[in-house]
Amino acid sequence: MTKFILTSALAIAVLAAWPHAQQPPQPPPPAPVPQQPSEVATTIEGGGGGAAPRLAVPDFIALSPDAETAAIAKTIGEVLWDDLNFEREFAFIPRDTYASIPRATSFEDVPFDRWRELNADGLIVGTVQKVGTTIKVEMRLYNVRSRQSAIARQYDGTAANPRLFAHTISDEIHKTQRALNGVARSKLTFDSDRDGERMSGTVQNRSIKEIYISDYDGANQRRVTVGKTLNIAPRWSPDGRSIAYTSYRRGGANIFISNIFQGTLEEVTKGERVGENWLPAWSPDGARIAFSSTRDGNPEIYVVNRDGSNLRRITNHPGIDITPTWAPSGTQIAFTSDRTGTPQIYVVGADGLNLAKRTSDGYCDRPSWSPAPYNEIAFASRSGPGFDIRVIDVVTGVSRALTFGEGTNESPSFSPNGRHIVFTSTRSGKAQVFTMARTGKDVRQITRTGNNEKPDWSK
Amino acid sequence: MKAARQVALTFAVAVLTATVACGGKKPPVARPAPPPPATPANPPSRPPAPPEPVSEPTIVPPEPVPEDAISAASLDELNKNSPLKPVFYELDSSDLSATSQKTLDDNAALLKRYPSWAVTVEGHCDERGTAEYNLALGERRAIAARAYLVSLGIPANRVRTVSYGKEFPFDPGHDETAFAKNRRAHFVITAK
Repeated sequence: MTKFILTSALAIAVLAAWPHAQQPPQPPPPAPVPQQPSEVATTIEGGGGGAAPRLAVPDFIALSPDAETAAIAKTIGEVLWDDLNFEREFAFIPRDTYASIPRATSFEDVPFDRWRELNADGLIVGTVQKVGTTIKVEMRLYNVRSRQSAIARQYDGTAANPRLFAHTISDEIHKTQRALNGVARSKLTFDSDRDGERMSGTVQNRSIKEIYISDYDGANQRRVTVGKTLNIAPRWSPDGRSIAYTSYRRGGANIFISNIFQGTLEEVTKGERVGENWLPAWSPDGARIAFSSTRDGNPEIYVVNRDGSNLRRITNHPGIDITPTWAPSGTQIAFTSDRTGTPQIYVVGADGLNLAKRTSDGYCDRPSWSPAPYNEIAFASRSGPGFDIRVIDVVTGVSRALTFGEGTNESPSFSPNGRHIVFTSTRSGKAQVFTMARTGKDVRQITRTGNNEKPDWSK
Repeated sequence: MKAARQVALTFAVAVLTATVACGGKKPPVARPAPPPPATPANPPSRPPAPPEPVSEPTIVPPEPVPEDAISAASLDELNKNSPLKPVFYELDSSDLSATSQKTLDDNAALLKRYPSWAVTVEGHCDERGTAEYNLALGERRAIAARAYLVSLGIPANRVRTVSYGKEFPFDPGHDETAFAKNRRAHFVITAK
């Protein structure tokens, strides 16, 4: 228990330090736009039906009388509801019915009878208390019938990001109740031209793109690069502390890594005669990076150590080979090649052997290999004028569509538990980042300002 | 004697006319050739004529005036309204059409006339390809344009390539007119 409190306090402290850990001389990041992701939820999946426990998640109880604590208590309750709802493991008593039930003021006066009348199986009760400069959050998940708590936890941290308390609680509940790795604390990264800054140089009026990150639900959107150039196609390192991306800051395209907590930059591809270098993908152990390079004349897939050493060429064909992604085992790489005429998805061993073509659609790109327990590759497939997201089962080769011509849909990437996909879509106008369940349902819009593309989900 | 002088004058005027006429095509640093000495070749059978005093002032164009608008322009101005025309491509293709080859012929002629210029060929794509694959397709387009220029005798080290995929559409529209403008190799003069 103590250890857990310490761990979460540490995690919260680390996150609170983010604004100071960004790359100097970075201007203050734009204020995060609070977003309730449920605004754009569309289709709701059937879920577990009668088998799913019915939860009630009322606002947390503010034990300190000030307005800030009250606001934090309300935020935690709302965000926790969204976090739990995201995985579709529970059914929920609608929030608008909670008003009919007397609000508890502590763990001592919870009106279990009334919650039972609403047919709740589980009830989450939490308290928020100001302790000096930090806040203390206590949470209990009650079995409404037995009135006993299935989980009781205490968390300490700063008030800077109340949502993180909710995310932490949600992941805890999914882990302990459903044996599921929730994604509430996972993050997204994507490129964006939202700041409207212009490329320097002598060419036309061109908008630069920079790398941004956000919470999984789109909250806390922050910029993490200041290239004054094109910085695109970011990918999270497996430890979530670094982002590799394609940058034009040297003129041509090269692979860079931003260590977002240290504010440092690493160059993976540098020097003369390295050609164009695109689309890095981290190996599952974070030690190597697969990417595409023209250094030997035309785009081929290479694997290199993170520090730029030990370069190995994986493909050898005069066609285009680009957009690598690793299998979770680290022993295979999927990529796009147009060696048969149109771009298709191929799989090859990380040693360059055992090449196999996996798709035969019109035009496929941006493979993204799912984590276990699924063994699927998501990709963008041309369908009419635009693209749709499809998923192919690696073993059976059977594929299915997840989007159906609402705008063009590209650049899928799996959530760390494989149950969700983040992707780019033009369905709401400009290119925006969306998430959806691996079934294609439960689509949520993550970004709204500027063009936001080529997302990746932290591991 | 008078005839000889007449010949000399005619010759000088002809040279001047030629100089002015082709001034637009001279390299930027070259100054117009001075009038030739007023001693035209005489038949060897006659004794050499004494030097003829030139009674009329020699017309010399004002020296610091640059020869043409192109060499006078800054890089910024040049690239805003570039004399090097873009080359356009078909969907999903990097093939050079006859029109594209003609454009590249003209661009190569300009690059030969201004041998100090260095250019970057940018490969661009329309939004109907994926962002990722388009990075490579744009590169293939730029390479195709560059290879054609090199085949016409432009030194390879004067022409760099870069692909921007579909990141910098020239026309933000979403119709075929816009797409056609966005599938291009675009020339940027980087040094002059």
